[in-house]
Order: sequence, then structure tokens, then C-alpha cells
Amino acid sequence: MSAHASSEAVAAKLSGPLGSGVAARLQRRAASERRWATVTLWIGIGIVATIVFVSLAAPLLGFSEPNKQHLTEALQAPSMQHPFGTDTLGRDILTRVIYGGRIDLTFAFVTTLVPFVLGALLGAVAGYRGGWVDTTVNRLVDIVVAFPFIVLILAIVTIVGPGLTGAYIGVFAVGWALYARLTRGEMLVERQREYIFAAKTLGYSTPRIVFRHALPNVIRAAIVFSMADIVLNILLLSSLSYLGLGAVPPSPEWGALVAEGQQVLLTSWWVATLPGLVIVLVGVGFSLIGDGIADRFGRDFSLTGGG
Amino acid sequence: MSTAAAEDRIEPGTELLKVSGLTVGFPAGAGLLLAADRIDFEVGAGRTVGLVGESGCGKSVTLRSLLGLVPYPGEVLAGQIRWRGEELLGASKRRLAALRGTEISMVFQDPTSCLNPVFSVGDQMTETLRKRAGLGKGEARSRAIELLNRVGVPSPERRLASYPHELSGGMRQRVMIAIAISTRPKLLLADEPTTALDVTTQEQILALLKDFQEENGMAIVLVSHDLGVISETCDEVVVMYAGRMLEAGLDRAVMRHPRHPYTQGLIEAMPSLEVSDEEPPVPIPGQPPNLADLPPGCPFAPRCAHRRDACAEIPVTLDASLLEHGSACPFVEAAA
Repeated sequence: MSAHASSEAVAAKLSGPLGSGVAARLQRRAASERRWATVTLWIGIGIVATIVFVSLAAPLLGFSEPNKQHLTEALQAPSMQHPFGTDTLGRDILTRVIYGGRIDLTFAFVTTLVPFVLGALLGAVAGYRGGWVDTTVNRLVDIVVAFPFIVLILAIVTIVGPGLTGAYIGVFAVGWALYARLTRGEMLVERQREYIFAAKTLGYSTPRIVFRHALPNVIRAAIVFSMADIVLNILLLSSLSYLGLGAVPPSPEWGALVAEGQQVLLTSWWVATLPGLVIVLVGVGFSLIGDGIADRFGRDFSLTGGG
Repeated sequence: MSTAAAEDRIEPGTELLKVSGLTVGFPAGAGLLLAADRIDFEVGAGRTVGLVGESGCGKSVTLRSLLGLVPYPGEVLAGQIRWRGEELLGASKRRLAALRGTEISMVFQDPTSCLNPVFSVGDQMTETLRKRAGLGKGEARSRAIELLNRVGVPSPERRLASYPHELSGGMRQRVMIAIAISTRPKLLLADEPTTALDVTTQEQILALLKDFQEENGMAIVLVSHDLGVISETCDEVVVMYAGRMLEAGLDRAVMRHPRHPYTQGLIEAMPSLEVSDEEPPVPIPGQPPNLADLPPGCPFAPRCAHRRDACAEIPVTLDASLLEHGSACPFVEAAA
């Protein structure tokens, strides 16, 4: 009797005004998590898009001649006229940072995309085929990962001379290995899945199964990693330039800016610090994008698993 | 379309697939494990053959070997698979791939994992129609809608845009079947197609398969551990145990007058819907044997109530063909 009464009470609550309140609350709870992931993703996209836009449209925005020297205006603190201050040669640091963005962002995108594609393809084939293909790719990955990167870069710079070319070649030679390893690992699991077998029973060719059916399912980890990799590649170029192995003066590459400012860090903090903060900001932007993408993928995974 | 369907229709009874002596081996430790040992059966147009047995008795491996897709590192060691007179064992990879999905299709147990999670239902259906049936883009789409309608998926236009995870298990299985039959195969291999579904959905899916069969004379090889499903759907039954055939015959003969003690045990172990204190289901004692370590003679002997010493020496061979109701047990006669 009492159970009956209480279930009636629940029914009454659900159909009454409280019921809609409960539904709304539950929906809000479900939506808030989703929205938060979306918000961080869009903040990241906003940061990166702004910096990309500003560095591409620099001349239209009134920034020009990043290398023009005004020796009389050397080492001025940030002001309205020079928001980021000026360096030892009187060059406007904000202008240099903006033009440096062209170098660093291009480097970051290219040195992430090329190894991404190369590594994902190699890893997918290795993981699916197994056997000697897999062994060969794996040993190559081992060699590349085990080789000290700085030594490799020094060797390449010795051959091609200082400048960005050496940095590009160095990252191309090394970057694919992690993508290959990630994709291969995922593919080892994926190739056992029933839908791959189902695709075989439909008579599809092996390349079609590997690249069209399996690859989209194994690429997520690589995509998430690539967002972190973009940041790492910016930092890498900055570090190489700082060591004098990357961009050469008077290139306004970000790492070079920091390296130049370091000598006057105690007297003129802005010369190294403000470009450094821009590097941090870009890093945060890409990381937010990476996290947002990972969240979205995570949600897809849980939906797929919860059939 | 209807004329094409009429042309596609095969004369009922035409022999399509004839499997004889099919033996599939896997390496096991230092030795060899026979997941299927001298399997014989044949299936004609419009007929359904059921392979029944406990888990791990070699049903699925047998089925997959028909398409040349024995899971690595297994291999077909002996036998013949004749498809419309053509020997498929040793046929080129290209030839096998050409048959798969066009003349011979397959549906699986778990529709959740058999559809690619990152592509929509429409993508997966039209891909098969375009690549395997050679339709154009628009044609493929309208044919996909037609097929979804046919298999009983409501509002098919909307469903084309759905992803597999957005569908229920029954709907996914319908989509799987729609893909499998989209190229009008002459033989459908069904690997436990209803096991993952609830009972009412099970009935609908089986009815759907029957419908298609009547429509275009397709042959079906159905694998199941469920005697109920098998007896309901199949014309002929092959009872498998530990990779061996223990009994084979017309459905009615095998179900009503099982000759092998294992089949008799399976039938007694089937729960009946009527509540009866007198005849509760009787489980078969013991476990299926380890395929890598089979006893000599009859593999079922250790669990058999009629066991005698000679069981360790008898060859496990049917005493009559599929159509004549053979049994591998020389000692026990048909239960009345």
C-alpha cells in the first residue's frame, strides 16, 4: 500500500511543476560538462587564430620593417608607441614578435603536419601488416628515438649550414617516429576488431581497409598528440635558435628574440620576457585546442562503447 | 529492378556450395589443433544449413574458412570447397575477394562491433553498393533507403545520417543484414546472427532472413549454439563437437530422432517454455574438451552416458550422408 502511494507521489512530482525542474536540472548537468569542453576549445582556437591572423596581416595592421633600427631609441621600456618596448638596436619588439610569428607558426605547422602524415601512414601499414614490415618500421623508430636529437641537428647544421633548413630537416627526420609508434599501437588493436573482418567479408581491398576503414579509427591519439607536438616544435625552434642552431640574425624568430634579450635581462626585462610570454600564450592556445579535441573524442568513445 | 531480381533468382535446389573433408588447423604449443576436422556438407539454392554446437566447437572457423578468411595463424589443411563447381581452396586472393560481398556475404553475431564506428550508416551502405554492386552515387543512396525500408528500419532517410552508436542492437543488426544482402548474394553466411539480440528481435531477424531467402532463392549457412534457432530456421542440421561432425541430417530427423548421444544431450538440455516438474532441462555433465589435447576416438566419450571401452578406438565418421541422417556413434540408436 505504502509503496503504491509513494510511486503515485513520484508520478505526481514528475508530472507537476517540480518534474520539469528536475528534467531541466539533469539536462543542465549533462550540458555543462559538454559546454565547458567546448568553451576551452574555442578559447584555444581564438588565441591561435588571433596570433595567426595578426602575423599574416601584419602590414595591413600598420606593422612593418621588423629589422629597422633606431639606435637612438634603444632599450626603451614598453610605452604607447612601443607596446613591447625596443631592443638593443632600437627595433620595435612587438613588430618583431609579430613577424617572428610567421617563421615560428609556419615551422610549427609544417614540422607537425609532414611527420604526422608520414608517421601515421607508416604506423598504420606496420600495425596492420605485421611481420617484416612491422619489424622494420619498429627498428627504425627505435633508432630515431634513441638518437640524441641535438647531436643529429649539429650534424645536419654542419652539412647544410646554419639556418632554418637544418631545423626543418632535423625535425622531419625525427618527428614521424612518435606518430608511427602511436598509430601502430592503435592499429594492432583495431585490426582485430570485427568491423575490419566484416570489411574483408565484403571483399574490399587491403589498402581500402587500412586507410579508409581502420585509419580514421586509429588516428585520434595522433591528432591529440599533434596539438602538443605543435607547441613542442615551436619550443624546439626557439631552443635551437637560442643555441644558434636555428634562425640566424637578424631573423625575428621568437627564440632568437629571447636569446638576444637575455644579455640585457637584468636592466631591460621586456626584451626577453615579452616575446617569451607570447610563446607561452601560443603554447596555451594549442594545448587548449588539444584538450578540447581529446574531450570530444572521449565523448565519442563513451557513446560508442555504451551501445 | 524487378526484372533484375527475377534474373538473379536461382532455381531452388540448384547446388551452390559443396564442402567436403574441410580440415582447418592451428598451431598449438608444439603440436597441431584441428578446429575443424573433415567437415562435409552442401547447401543448395533456397536451402538453409545450420551448424550447431557449443562455444569453441569450430562452427565459426568453418564458416570463415569458406571465404578464405581463416584467422591467422590457422590454415585450411585439407578438403574441398566447391562454389558452383569452382574450387575455392587454392583460388587466388583476387578471385576470393571478388566473390566476397558479391556472391557470398556474411552477417555477424555482434552488430555493435561489425559496423565502423566513425562512418554513418549511409556511408557504409552506399560504399558497399558503389564498390561492390557498381551503382552510382544517387542510385546507391536511393537503393540504401529502399534496403533499410525492406529490413524494417523506420524513417530510413534520417537513419542514413545516423552513426552506429545511435542505433539499438536490433536496428544495427538490420543494417548489417541490409549491407550483406545489398549486393543480392547467392549465399549468406550467418554467424550467430541473433545471439546478441533479445528474443522478440531474434524472431524478427530470422523472419527477415527467411523472407529474403524466399524472394531470391538465396542459400544460408547459419551458425548457432541455439538449437531452437537452428530447428526453426534450417532445412538441414550439422551437429559439431570439438571440430568434428557428430551428426548430420534433415532438421526434422535430427531434432525428432537424434541418433548421437551428444545431440540427444543438447536437446534434453534445452529449456522448454512450459513449466514442468517432470522434465526439467538436463545439462550435459563436464566441459567441452581442449582441442589441443583430444582423447583418441570419439571426442564426446568422456562426457557420454553411453560410454564404453570401444569409444576410444572408433573413427569419428558419419555412417551416412547429410541427406540420409548420419551419426558418428555406432553404439546408440535413435531415440524414438
